Amino acid sequence: MSGLSLILRRELALSWAGGGGPFLALGFYIAMASLLPLALGADPARLASVAPGFAWLVLALASLLSLERMFERDFEDGALDLIALGPAPLEMTALAKGLAQWVAIAAPLAILAPLVVTALGAPMRLAPIVVTCGLIGGLSFCFLGGVGAALSLGSRRGGVLIALIVLPLFTPPVIFGAGAIEAFGAGLDWRTPLLLLSAYSLAATALCPFAMAAAARNAIS
Amino acid sequence: MFQALVNPERFMAFSRWAAPLLGVIALVLAAVGLALDFQAPPDYQQGYTVHIMFIHVPAAFMSEFVYACLGVASFLSLVFRHALATAAARAAAPLGAGFTLLALITGSLWGRPTWGTWWVWDPRLTSVLVLFLFYLGYMALEAAIEDEAKAARAAAILALVGLINLPIVHYSVVWWNSLHQGSSLLRAGGPAMPAVYLAPLLLMVFAYMAGFGALWLVRIRGEVWRRRAAVLAMRAAA
Repeated sequence: MSGLSLILRRELALSWAGGGGPFLALGFYIAMASLLPLALGADPARLASVAPGFAWLVLALASLLSLERMFERDFEDGALDLIALGPAPLEMTALAKGLAQWVAIAAPLAILAPLVVTALGAPMRLAPIVVTCGLIGGLSFCFLGGVGAALSLGSRRGGVLIALIVLPLFTPPVIFGAGAIEAFGAGLDWRTPLLLLSAYSLAATALCPFAMAAAARNAIS
Repeated sequence: MFQALVNPERFMAFSRWAAPLLGVIALVLAAVGLALDFQAPPDYQQGYTVHIMFIHVPAAFMSEFVYACLGVASFLSLVFRHALATAAARAAAPLGAGFTLLALITGSLWGRPTWGTWWVWDPRLTSVLVLFLFYLGYMALEAAIEDEAKAARAAAILALVGLINLPIVHYSVVWWNSLHQGSSLLRAGGPAMPAVYLAPLLLMVFAYMAGFGALWLVRIRGEVWRRRAAVLAMRAAA
């Protein structure tokens, strides 16, 4: 267990070092939100109707941004080889990397999300469901994204490739999260989509470390 | 049969006559199927556009069938590290993407006169589009990694992740659509298909499968030859 916390602390420290931690993703999120009224027009009713879905989609996109750093840096400087040689199984390292990604990127994005939704004109009462979906769905985004990041190790164009691999996998969490937010806003049953989102996220958290470890092992072999 | 084909030499000997044979079977089945199709009367609702169905439905079926083949080949390639399974997975992906694209294009051509629109965000259409993106991601990953063995293994892992996810994607999209709007276009429990349509449709499905078999074998053969050429070039250079 101390191995897991050690790797977790290392990953968190690294995400702050030289990467600015969550600020890159947060900045992207705010910038995208500020472009929406410019593209759709500033009519408040129109913005309010698309705000929850748009904010949820851009949250998913923003979580893509720092995926490239998740494995690539360790792969390039040889740290990944050392970690793989060490006593901790690579699956546990992958789990720690996914969790660190969630703490460093997904959780701050989820906390910022209600601000973005409200600024775009959606009612304030959506805030709790937006944060909840962001926190839970963020697990899916981080772990599925981690699979994409590990798979694209050793390729020449990491970023776009990760997005192409990962975005189709984002289909279920995007649908469930948007469904929960919309149902909550409309006063319908929002628990079902939220439970589906939680189920998908937990399954991703449990299974993706194995795919990540297999992909990382393949890259350093 | 499968046991025997694991040996590359035997596979090459088998596929040498099996590939053209399957190709001929595909052409004969397609010719009979299309002949029956053009004798069928125009549908009372769809009119002559019903003929598009005989190209479209088999392509849509193949798009999923080929992904299943890709998944099985990837699994065998990952677990047994067999060169032929790797070649088979690599060879199947562009064919599957082609069938998926054909299904999307013919569906769109059919939708314009029938539904009055090129595209609707219907669950089936959306999940086929996501399937197409899965194929694209697979091929992009395979092409982006320089080391061929590593590229094949990474692509195989992605194919398996996709295989687990495709049913979830499908059901989530169905669920999504039922939340937003009732499915008014493709209603369940429509009238059963009369034999004049069913017979050519089944013939076309078998023609597509035989055609896929032929093209797949040819592509695997090409893959084996390419590898042999690479080995010879390495030896010559050494």
